[in-house]
Amino acid sequence: MSQHYPALIIVVPLLAALAAAAAGWINKRYCFPIAVASLAASFVSSVFLLGRVIRVKEVIYEMAGWTAPIGIVYRVDALNGLVIVVVTAVALVNLIYSKSAIEEDFPDKMGTYYALYILFATGLAGMVVTGDAFNLYVLMEIASLTGYSLMGLRRDRATVSALNYLIVGTIGATFYLLGVGYIYIATGTLNMAEIASFMSQMSDSGSIRMAFVICLAGLFIKMAFFPLHGWLPNAYTYTPTASIGLIAPLTTKVTVYIMIRMALSVFTPEFSFKTIELSGAIVWLAIIGIVAGSCMALAQKNFKKMFTYIIVAEVGYMVGGFWLGNRAGISGSVLHIANDALMTLALFMAAGIFARKIKGEEISDMQGLFRKMPWTMAAFVLGGLSIIGVPPTCGFFSKWYLISGGIEAGNYYFVGALLFSSLINAVLFFRIFEVAYFEPFSESHGHDHSHGHEAVAVEEAPLGMLIPFYVVAISLVILGIFSGDLITKIIYFAIPAGIV
Amino acid sequence: MGEILDFIIAKSNYWSYVVLMMIGLYAMISRQNYVRKIIGMSIFQTAVILFYVSTAVKEKAVIPIIAHGHGEEANAAIEASQYINPLPHVLMLTAIVVGVATLGVALSLAIRVYQKYGTLEENEINDMIREQ
Repeated sequence: MSQHYPALIIVVPLLAALAAAAAGWINKRYCFPIAVASLAASFVSSVFLLGRVIRVKEVIYEMAGWTAPIGIVYRVDALNGLVIVVVTAVALVNLIYSKSAIEEDFPDKMGTYYALYILFATGLAGMVVTGDAFNLYVLMEIASLTGYSLMGLRRDRATVSALNYLIVGTIGATFYLLGVGYIYIATGTLNMAEIASFMSQMSDSGSIRMAFVICLAGLFIKMAFFPLHGWLPNAYTYTPTASIGLIAPLTTKVTVYIMIRMALSVFTPEFSFKTIELSGAIVWLAIIGIVAGSCMALAQKNFKKMFTYIIVAEVGYMVGGFWLGNRAGISGSVLHIANDALMTLALFMAAGIFARKIKGEEISDMQGLFRKMPWTMAAFVLGGLSIIGVPPTCGFFSKWYLISGGIEAGNYYFVGALLFSSLINAVLFFRIFEVAYFEPFSESHGHDHSHGHEAVAVEEAPLGMLIPFYVVAISLVILGIFSGDLITKIIYFAIPAGIV
Repeated sequence: MGEILDFIIAKSNYWSYVVLMMIGLYAMISRQNYVRKIIGMSIFQTAVILFYVSTAVKEKAVIPIIAHGHGEEANAAIEASQYINPLPHVLMLTAIVVGVATLGVALSLAIRVYQKYGTLEENEINDMIREQ
């Protein structure tokens, strides 16, 4: 049993997606337990897998017993061992949180919705554990296609955004596929470890350089790295509550992980940082992206849209930190993948509760919310403080590593951009806190946004939403307190020994 | 001039995939109509399929089916250069399936958009969204 964990993470939810779709035809009440059970099994497997990775450093699973170059292997080490736990945890917690939202938004399509939800989580988990470059493309498309459907399933503005996202996302994925083709021409293999073993003799090869650039371009589109971020804000702002808590925290973070995996374990650090002289340019783009993302967030009146621009800036943190190319920067980047997934989840969980209760999406609609829903707001404050980077929340620690990486590399513009963005984030969130805390609650608010909805009593969120929200908010602090252990016990081993 | 022509002809498969890919990319970016964008997307994906398949070709090679592959001759040594590389074809079988699925999702989203807005022109839809 225990040697099959890498497969169980994928296979259990894959089969459960079929079961959930079938259960939707028979009795809708079975869908939710099936979904929770499968994602919980996936989460438990990934936790045990991480435990095993900490002991043995690397777990290689050969699918159906076919060995490496012929068959597809799943390879889990310290880097993706951590990411897979985060992916399955976010998918599970958000599913429990979204139960009532799904029942409300998709009453007649619950089987379909749960099947898509589980498939999306499966696709992302598969992208994280796979050790095969082409297999990664297929899983990426599974995650993308289900993601577009999750966005566009409700008949509203989201369909247009989902269609635009689909067109841009397909460009990104196809570029990645083309890059893999060039790798295959040059090396004759698709297994990541085997490609890496050829890389020392191939660093002059034009095909490999071309492959590197095309793969990176495709991944940058997929992760909404500035200036290729145009699709993200609209796509995420109009997505239904249940879907956004899954898509927003995970899609960009998993793609950043793929970039790190490609650069470190496929193209090898020697090639990515030294032979190809692109890292300086990428860090500059990241700096511009951080500043621009923060400024555009400041310009928004709609809080959901503001959060989406914060994601754009956060992608800049991770990409920039990684391409600094030193140990502190890469540690900060990997730690930030975990932290940012949870922080973004906390923000969008809060946004989901607000959207349900106040029926408006403007910051000015949030007057007096501290008095009306004190528990929700308390957890939201934790999420906000973490994004700003206030200790002891986890956002502080990853930013600390990123900044010390910037100082080590002597790139003070990057350090400056991080500090500037933290400052802007402080302004952003204290602006919300001010409206919600000091301005009195007005009964008339939101009337022009209600579109004929009946007036909803503004009150505390139901416990079914509040408890998962608190699990996430408290885990932000717990992750912060234990981030030293995460760095020394896990992330340290994720970075090749050659990088200091 | 002759050298350039030779260079283009020798790499004709790469040139044709690049040209197709750029036609697709141009259609996706410049067209206002969503159906045209989706057609561009399909061309874009097909170009990559063409690229992969063309890399499998070897001169004077045959399809990778071993004649008389059963019985006592099954264990005879195989000269790889006599057979074209089957792996890109197999990979592209998967990519075609992915492309069809993408096309299906795109068209169904386009139908939803048309039902809601009564048009598939991007600028008209954007105007309607702005007016709301």
